[in-house]
Amino acid sequence: MTWQRETFKKIKQIPREEHVLPGTALCAGCGGLEALRLAAKVLGDHVVYVNAAGCFTMLAAYPYTSFKGSWLYTTMGSAPAGAQGIRDALDILIAKGRLPQGEDVKVVVLGGDGSTYDMALSATSGAMNRRLDFYYICYDNEAYGNTGMQLSPATPYAARTATSPCGLQHPAGTAQEKKDLFEIWRAHRPPYIATVAPRYPLDLEEKFARAAAFTGPKMFLALAACPTGWLYDPGTTPEVARMAVETGLWPLKEAINGVVTHTYIPKRKPVEAYLRLQGRFQHLFEPTVQTDAIRHIQERVDAYWEQAMQEQA
Amino acid sequence: MDSQMMTGNLAAAWGARLADVDYIPAFPITPQTEIVEALAKWCERGELAARFVSMDSEHSMMTAAGAAEVTGARVFTATSSQGLLHAFEVLYAISGWRAPLVLVNVSRALAAPITLEADHNDVLAARDAGFLQIHAETCQEVLDSILMAYRIAEDERVMLPVIVNLDGFTLSFTREPVSLPDPDTVRRFLPPFRPSHLGFTASSPHALGVAVIGGTPYAYFKHQMHLAARNALEVHRETADSFQALFGRRYDVVEGYRLEEAEDVLVMTNAGASQGKAAVDAARAQGKRVGLLRLRMIRPWPADAIRQALRGRRAVAVMDQNVAPGQGGILYREVAACLYHEAARPGALCSFIGGLGGQHLSEGMFHAIFEQTAEAGVAGRGCGPVLLYSAEEHREMTQLQMVAGTVGRDGR
Repeated sequence: MTWQRETFKKIKQIPREEHVLPGTALCAGCGGLEALRLAAKVLGDHVVYVNAAGCFTMLAAYPYTSFKGSWLYTTMGSAPAGAQGIRDALDILIAKGRLPQGEDVKVVVLGGDGSTYDMALSATSGAMNRRLDFYYICYDNEAYGNTGMQLSPATPYAARTATSPCGLQHPAGTAQEKKDLFEIWRAHRPPYIATVAPRYPLDLEEKFARAAAFTGPKMFLALAACPTGWLYDPGTTPEVARMAVETGLWPLKEAINGVVTHTYIPKRKPVEAYLRLQGRFQHLFEPTVQTDAIRHIQERVDAYWEQAMQEQA
Repeated sequence: MDSQMMTGNLAAAWGARLADVDYIPAFPITPQTEIVEALAKWCERGELAARFVSMDSEHSMMTAAGAAEVTGARVFTATSSQGLLHAFEVLYAISGWRAPLVLVNVSRALAAPITLEADHNDVLAARDAGFLQIHAETCQEVLDSILMAYRIAEDERVMLPVIVNLDGFTLSFTREPVSLPDPDTVRRFLPPFRPSHLGFTASSPHALGVAVIGGTPYAYFKHQMHLAARNALEVHRETADSFQALFGRRYDVVEGYRLEEAEDVLVMTNAGASQGKAAVDAARAQGKRVGLLRLRMIRPWPADAIRQALRGRRAVAVMDQNVAPGQGGILYREVAACLYHEAARPGALCSFIGGLGGQHLSEGMFHAIFEQTAEAGVAGRGCGPVLLYSAEEHREMTQLQMVAGTVGRDGR
């Protein structure tokens, strides 16, 4: 059975109103910002964003903010705990009659993969375990981006970063596989988890609309195609994001109370179609083609989809 | 007012209860745990209309505490030692948010070696974090200081968080008679927390903790924090006046004990000062003109009060229950700094380091302190840092080293 969108069937149904205002200090072509811009069209303005150290920290730099809603910068490792404090305080103030219900806001954590996959994992686990009613948006550009692209646990095999360079010992660059955060989150059984990519706006909007029906942790992993770190022209971000999905490397899926559904089944182009677009994989093709490394990536993605389709059937 | 026997920890919990806090994010750590256990029980029974949440670490606990406070709730939390240091970066974050919460720290020495008993290296590590610090000597003072701390923190001239410190074991687990203030009178002393400038609401959005670019705004906001912390000296005095009028007990930023006609003065903090006062009594009985100055407020640093208390003395000894390795006692140098411009500054300033990790403060130690301080006063030259370690302790340590196999039976 294929996944059906119910709220967002056509592109014209996406609200035109903008909630993340232009003129930010972020890089041109930031795929994470595009994902956030689309998410905010469903989330609206009655939001407090709780931020961890990362690229998005520059979205609110005194005396400016990109949002019509609220913002609290916390630390790199504890944004979900900040969300806990705000959510609890809002609930308390409403329950004690000190704040009208109409003044309530959604609490949304904004963290990069460096914070989310590593330092804040304990705080996120705690928040999910306590069934905190909040959204978590991880903009995943697969490296510590704000510090200039160092290896993070989200970095995929064979990507070159500033701290996983290519050399005789590691001709492919990064030796590790990307940490499977979706499954780590899913083990906590939050009511809603989804992966999204900015080039698939209807899929993204639909997921935020669906998440709104659930009380508890609503967890989003957003592909943040990153021209600055992945080394491609900023104008190519939509194409890079599209190829991440079309090769099957970035599966679009959701998990409702732990039950996984793939929301888009790509025909799966060869992974080279994605890798060749980006400077961080250039060493796989020049000066010689590293066929073993490319085959390894292909085999991993094939194995993923084989298992995913079996489970879905 | 009824008086009951309770530990320092329970007195701290009563302080939070009487302050009618809204929110308590918690994480257990010895010797603080009894505080959050008591609060959890009261919240569960509905005796305290607060939400109690068990957090995943002190780092998360402090973040949740600060975030709830800037949303508009009155927040209490407590920790100790490693927990305080685990939360260390968050202390700076929430003082920068100007979140006026109260944190109780139950002092415990820092690892390594890992231990449970008290010294002040934990709380004094946080001396530059933007929190105000009140260090309490007795169980009653713990409770009263928490009530005073909320009023000072929430004063619009201050708007900074406060640490109320008590010593682990020696005070946290010691039962003393504590008079519980009447809740209605407490409400008159401490009005409800209704900040008009804080909160994240639909109609009044707010960006807090935002990045700044360059030193101009950064320095501005840091200067604001410093000036607000200085304001707390005056606010503390007003608060102490009001507290005394309502409850009959008086707390100033420093407390003098038998300072009248004292030639030499011993400076101490926290529960150890009770032993220091007993030592002063014993020395006075022998005709020695000694007294004690207990520092109650550590941040803001009450420089004027310290100067006034110490000017004209023959000699002053600062007893630090902490050690900055390679430097000496933390409070010694702060006392020295504020006496530098005092024309009638003491003739000698001596530094003693003792009571580390629950090390027993013996009568012999105090005797040695008074002797060496008097000699320094006569000579007109300070001494130290003197690392206090008794012959008995040395024997005990040698025994332990023999068991460990690192020292032979001949002690070598």
